[in-house]
Amino acid sequence: MILRPPETRFSPARVWAMLLRYLYILRSSWPRTLELLYWPTLQVLIWGFMSQFLRQNSSYVAQAFGVLLGAVMLWDLLFRSQLGLSISFLEEMWSRNLGNLFVAPLRAYEWVISLLAMSMIRVAIGVVPAALLAIPLYHYSIFAMGLPLIAFLILLMAMGWALGLAICGLILRHGMGAESLAWTIIFALSPISCVYYPVATLPHWLQPVAWCLPQTYVFEGMRAVLFHQTFRTDYFLSAVGLDLVYLVLGGTVFFFAFRDARHRGALMQMGE
Amino acid sequence: MSEPVILVENLVKRYPGGAVAVDGIAFTVARGVTAALLGGNGAGKTTTLGILLGLLLPSSGTVKLFGEDVLRHRYRVLPRINFSSPYADLPHRLTVRQNLSIYARLYRLKRRAERIETLARDLQIEAFLDRPAGKLSSGQKTRVALAKGLLNEPELLLLDEPTASLDPDTGDWVRSYLEAYRARTGATILLASHNMGEVERLCSEVMMMKAGIIVDRGSPSDLIGRYGRANLEEVFLDIARSPREALEPVS
Repeated sequence: MILRPPETRFSPARVWAMLLRYLYILRSSWPRTLELLYWPTLQVLIWGFMSQFLRQNSSYVAQAFGVLLGAVMLWDLLFRSQLGLSISFLEEMWSRNLGNLFVAPLRAYEWVISLLAMSMIRVAIGVVPAALLAIPLYHYSIFAMGLPLIAFLILLMAMGWALGLAICGLILRHGMGAESLAWTIIFALSPISCVYYPVATLPHWLQPVAWCLPQTYVFEGMRAVLFHQTFRTDYFLSAVGLDLVYLVLGGTVFFFAFRDARHRGALMQMGE
Repeated sequence: MSEPVILVENLVKRYPGGAVAVDGIAFTVARGVTAALLGGNGAGKTTTLGILLGLLLPSSGTVKLFGEDVLRHRYRVLPRINFSSPYADLPHRLTVRQNLSIYARLYRLKRRAERIETLARDLQIEAFLDRPAGKLSSGQKTRVALAKGLLNEPELLLLDEPTASLDPDTGDWVRSYLEAYRARTGATILLASHNMGEVERLCSEVMMMKAGIIVDRGSPSDLIGRYGRANLEEVFLDIARSPREALEPVS
């Protein structure tokens, strides 16, 4: 076995350093922290009251009151995990700091691990309070889903990361002009992710496209749990497989763009 | 003779799109020497520094630092080098102390707080250690950037315009600090600068670049004598105003 000098090995200490940096940034601006809480809470309020109204007027929602609220929270989790990763990445762009960072012995994958960790923290700050708020307001707890909820969280977060990595790669490749992708791409997927309605609602020709997205299986799986108290293992396994494919694709786009940035000199110049 | 700290051979950088920034340069810098890359805008200085730092991949050529091929073993040399430029910002919303602390962790330094305090005292940045980096004046930012560059007490320090935006007094103070740092640690320093007075004072070797090639080199006094000029600034102007075809690359 070749013993490499410590500098050439993976370093959890460097990952922690980067994570600490993003926590400092988050802590330095209370409006940004508040914003993390703001949108998920607002969504829960809007959809919670909407669900209460529909319960009295719709047999679909009446069968499982939490179906809309659960969907809102899980969709937000997917969005926040992607955005959480992209925003931490953009912080480096906004401060024109990539040159300084990669002169230090920080590896690209150590940076990515810290971005993923920060995404989890941002999701927790944003989504957990909203989920807790629904308990006293609507007597609905998403946690009542039990173990399937953990599977859904992991599957959605993985897809959020895959998208986030691909978006960061596109920003590295195309510069800050592509910044808005961080906020927009996910919404283009929303209609075919079947968040609030079953896949069967889509036109036949569009359904195979929907089944190519792991989140579609998650939302169908969530409805199966809420309506039929059944955890669909087939959906779960399909989503795991697709998540792996998208993570590999997202990672490939990111690392290819990172290497390309070293060819173009973008690490030295990139900024607002 | 000991191995040079920097060894560059046949280095070429052609950007996608065809622009040639560096066109087959070769040079060495020995241990403990302060050397300068001089040249006008677009001469290839920053590109050369970027390649030495591993931020930029060359099209061809060899770059060795401490005998290690930078392209293959970048992570072996990065802990031994550092870089400072007033043009590479630190995150504005973090305080100076937080910024330095993060970099100290990235270099996996022991006794980080102690190292930051020492540097803060040496570089006279104590008074604003707890101020956000975005609220500093240009001169303060330059000193903080230098503190970042010295955190790991590098054996090779690369500097891009180290005294840009500084008033003459502070500029002089920074130059004295760099001289003392090199004398104390035996470090090698390579700087890119437009300040000829600074280069005359700090550097024992100068490489004059134009349009991606090294067109002349030597000590400041050699160059001044060879061109029959009064100072390095006049040499610089001579070279900058000569047509590219009249200049031959030197090796």
